[in-house]
Amino acid sequence: MVNMLEIRKLTIRERSTGKVIIPDSSFDVKKGSCLAIVGESGSGKSLTCRAIMRLNKPGIEQAGDIWLGGENLAKLPEQEMRRRRGRRLCMIMQHGMRAFDPSRAVGVHLIETLAEHFDWSKSEMTGRMKRALESVRLNAPMDVMNAYPHQLSGGMLQRVMIALTLVLEPDVVIADEPTTALDTVSQYEVVEQFIRLRERLGSTMIFISHDLGVVRKIADEVLVMKDGRIVEHGTTGAVFTKAQHDYTRSLVTAKLSLHQHFRQVMGE
Amino acid sequence: MGLYMVKRILQSIPLLLAVSFFTFAFIQLSPMDPAEVVLHAQGVPKITDELIAETKTALGMDQPFLVRYSNWLASCLQFDFGSSYITGKPVWSQLGPALFNTIKLTVVSVAAIIAVSIGFGVYCAWRAGKMIDRSLRGLFFFLTSMPSYWLGTLMIWYFSVKLDLLPTSGMDSYRSYILPVALITVSYAGIYFRIIRSSVLSNMNEDYAMYGRACGLPEKKVRARIVRNSLQVAVSVFCMAVPIILGSTVVVENIFAWPGLGTLSVNAILGRDFPVIQAYVLVLAAAFVLFNTASDILNAALNPKLRNDRS
Ligand SMILES: Nc1ncnc2c1ncn2[C@@H]1O[C@H](COP(=O)(O)OP(=O)(O)OP(=O)(O)O)[C@@H](O)[C@H]1O
Ligand SMILES: [Mg+2]
Repeated sequence: MVNMLEIRKLTIRERSTGKVIIPDSSFDVKKGSCLAIVGESGSGKSLTCRAIMRLNKPGIEQAGDIWLGGENLAKLPEQEMRRRRGRRLCMIMQHGMRAFDPSRAVGVHLIETLAEHFDWSKSEMTGRMKRALESVRLNAPMDVMNAYPHQLSGGMLQRVMIALTLVLEPDVVIADEPTTALDTVSQYEVVEQFIRLRERLGSTMIFISHDLGVVRKIADEVLVMKDGRIVEHGTTGAVFTKAQHDYTRSLVTAKLSLHQHFRQVMGE
Repeated sequence: MGLYMVKRILQSIPLLLAVSFFTFAFIQLSPMDPAEVVLHAQGVPKITDELIAETKTALGMDQPFLVRYSNWLASCLQFDFGSSYITGKPVWSQLGPALFNTIKLTVVSVAAIIAVSIGFGVYCAWRAGKMIDRSLRGLFFFLTSMPSYWLGTLMIWYFSVKLDLLPTSGMDSYRSYILPVALITVSYAGIYFRIIRSSVLSNMNEDYAMYGRACGLPEKKVRARIVRNSLQVAVSVFCMAVPIILGSTVVVENIFAWPGLGTLSVNAILGRDFPVIQAYVLVLAAAFVLFNTASDILNAALNPKLRNDRS
């Protein structure tokens, strides 16, 4: 299978001190597959994803190549890179509440984004957005678009981001812990929508998560990071059943024992 | 929103009443007998007890405290603040024009402060940590911490005396505004500059800025969002700057002999002209209450969260 995304020798440093956060990271994501990145807090998962979008803070410096379907994103001028963002690479943020401009209705951001990438008329943009919102089970799409972020729940805003992604039809979707901030019910709904998003767009996905249950459900491959290094990369089944690395094993067993504990508590 | 406005305005009424009461009461606490002050001020050569008693009756000071307060309050509401002890003329005939001159100075100064602090605040936030940001912050800190009296004198010496470019004092043309406005701006812009800068900085780190960029929005649009959200905090702060500057002109007006409230109040205090002092304190306190109310209302009007929730 062809690779959609090839990361080569990605190095991330803190600009002021020169401290290396990610020493040398290389991995591929196959076209149409979902790669989950797991690892403890501070292992560099978010930094890696933002590096692919070239959206790390100015205090962070990156080097290495990011090949997206035969094009090296790392070498593109900023102006060109900006056109790829949203159109070819979409990001879905952890906190829906904070992802939208708090002083504008949610729809303003949606329409501005679509207007940036397509030559559609206002009514066409609204129409497409409306249908996408309905498809992620937001049943009153116009109300959602006219609402301010604080009037919607985190799970709803997460689904708004998914709906926008559905309309943008990118090649790669990057989701950084999209379910961590949600309650169990919203988590379930959002994961369902992620699975449907993949089915409908066939797009490649990078999915950061702490929740191995969700990872098992959605990912084809798993990449495990520790202290900025990739310690394990394989298919989901392989990583869960016969992890090569001690760290991964401890991660999986910790998760399993937690699961068992939970079952005991619930009296199952 | 309309309801909130009405509620907020109604809330300010008891506050204004309290302010007027304390203004009146504090003057009564003064150890000087107002009747004596009046007689002194009018240059009466020999002050007898009878004369004092007569003056007291004439001024209505033999009545009980609360009666005097309510009479005073009722006339204040009609802009009748009594007569000056010194000139004998109605207080408002002096206070009105002086207030107008001070308002002119305040409006121009606040406009300058807003322009300078937003301009530099936003500029420095984009270049946070760089040389230019650090230098500007240092400069503002230095200027804010300098005593205005000294800085003002220095400015007069340099621009008016040495270079002979600007008038030293008075209020004759637009050129008279330059030095006093510059002094107020230099002394106060630092505070507001810092507020704007840190507000822009914290908004730059918000997720919505990152998500905007991740959606491919141009940097200009993302920055416009950041600035708009940052200034929302600043609107109410700037609103409160108006009464603060209004009160702070005392020093500046006395340096530049600006015929405003500051000059008037200092003369009134030196001459123990109680009605004038009372009126000055009342006007300033009322300005604080009114602008505080206006700033709350503006804040609610700009913030969708408040606008919707507090009905
Ligand atoms: N702006 C920054 N400046 C300096 N160091 C940073 C910055 N952002 C992140 N780091 C460092 O980089 C490391 C990796 O951070 P990152 O956010 O990628 O972790 P993560 O794996 O996403 O963790 P989490 O699961 O908590 O989200 C951390 O040790 C952090 O201290
Ligand atoms: Mg993270």
